Amino acid sequence: MSVRMLALLAALSLPVSTASADVSLGDAAGRYSIGTGGSSIRFSIAKLGGGGLSGAFGRFSGTIRIDGADVGRSSVEITIFPDSVGTGQGRIDAFLRSDAVFDSANAPQIVFRSTSVKRTGDTTAVIAGRLTARGKSSPEVFTARLDSLKRGTVAFHVTGKVLRSRYGMDVGTPIYSNVVDFDMTLIGRRG
Amino acid sequence: MALLFRNTPTHYGWIAILLHWLIAVLFIGQFALGLAMVRISSQRTAFELIQWHKSFGFLLLGLVLVRIGWRLGNVRPTLPETVAPLERRAAPLVHALLYVVQLIVPLSGWALVSVSVLEVPSVPFDLFVMPNLPLGASDAAEAFWSVAHEWLAWVGIALAALHILAALRHRFLLRDSVFQRMIAPPSGDEPRE
Repeated sequence: MSVRMLALLAALSLPVSTASADVSLGDAAGRYSIGTGGSSIRFSIAKLGGGGLSGAFGRFSGTIRIDGADVGRSSVEITIFPDSVGTGQGRIDAFLRSDAVFDSANAPQIVFRSTSVKRTGDTTAVIAGRLTARGKSSPEVFTARLDSLKRGTVAFHVTGKVLRSRYGMDVGTPIYSNVVDFDMTLIGRRG
Repeated sequence: MALLFRNTPTHYGWIAILLHWLIAVLFIGQFALGLAMVRISSQRTAFELIQWHKSFGFLLLGLVLVRIGWRLGNVRPTLPETVAPLERRAAPLVHALLYVVQLIVPLSGWALVSVSVLEVPSVPFDLFVMPNLPLGASDAAEAFWSVAHEWLAWVGIALAALHILAALRHRFLLRDSVFQRMIAPPSGDEPRE
């Protein structure tokens, strides 16, 4: 309790900044709710001949727990609602929602649950966990960087690569790459 | 025995015959595949069928270009004396129109994928990326080429039906050499009439 209070006090006293040198994972201890306000989960898939397909999920939620004493005991859980996928092209969105890809009518949630968090620097960590989509689970690894910490709000930049074939979504390969590049900004609010 | 590759004044050679039947099978198959792929309910299957349709479309276009080149570099067998004057005039017209549609139906398909706002690359048989035609992508252009491609395909299949009926008439009613000479060239020195 006292450790957490100290961490909280430390967090509250930090200057408003996004420079990584000013923030530290240890200072961010606490439980945070990830909401869509300010957060974004973007993805892109390269295609043959150059360019690619990119989009974002509009609805998701999650929780980040940061253990101030031992960052390695932190955890994260995110639920994405694939029905909210948007690429800027309605026909592509409909295709992604259909049983060709997400089958969002029958599989309305994509869930990531961390199984281990390894601190790799003052503000960085590697998060391993299980991703579940369309009834298939597979281990995945994401890289997280704490970008800002102010007034009970944390901002993480998270990246990772996922092979869509593991989740029965290999349609369109090899024209469209099997590798999905995720690029997320996750804003967590304490509580 | 030497195979007859080139045309003669009275007969088609093996190359012309092979190209004719390959393109015939591809054109009719592509028509059926095109109808099926836009009606199927599974989006995944539809996507895959569309990629097959594009692959076979580019193969068809390549064969048509070879065929036109072969036709220009070969003598055109004349119709037998027995063919009536009206058919003597109608046949070359239908043949010319068939050449036009077998060239512009695949070209219009290429235009369609080139202007599609979906920007799905064309990768024939997953072998290489076929560049798009230099046409601007837009919803309007995609709608135009989609309708054009489909209507040209229907015109093509109607002409093919007319061509097939005429061929069957030669085979079963007139019983002349016209049908047979697109099956095989004469094997020996003697003509088949």
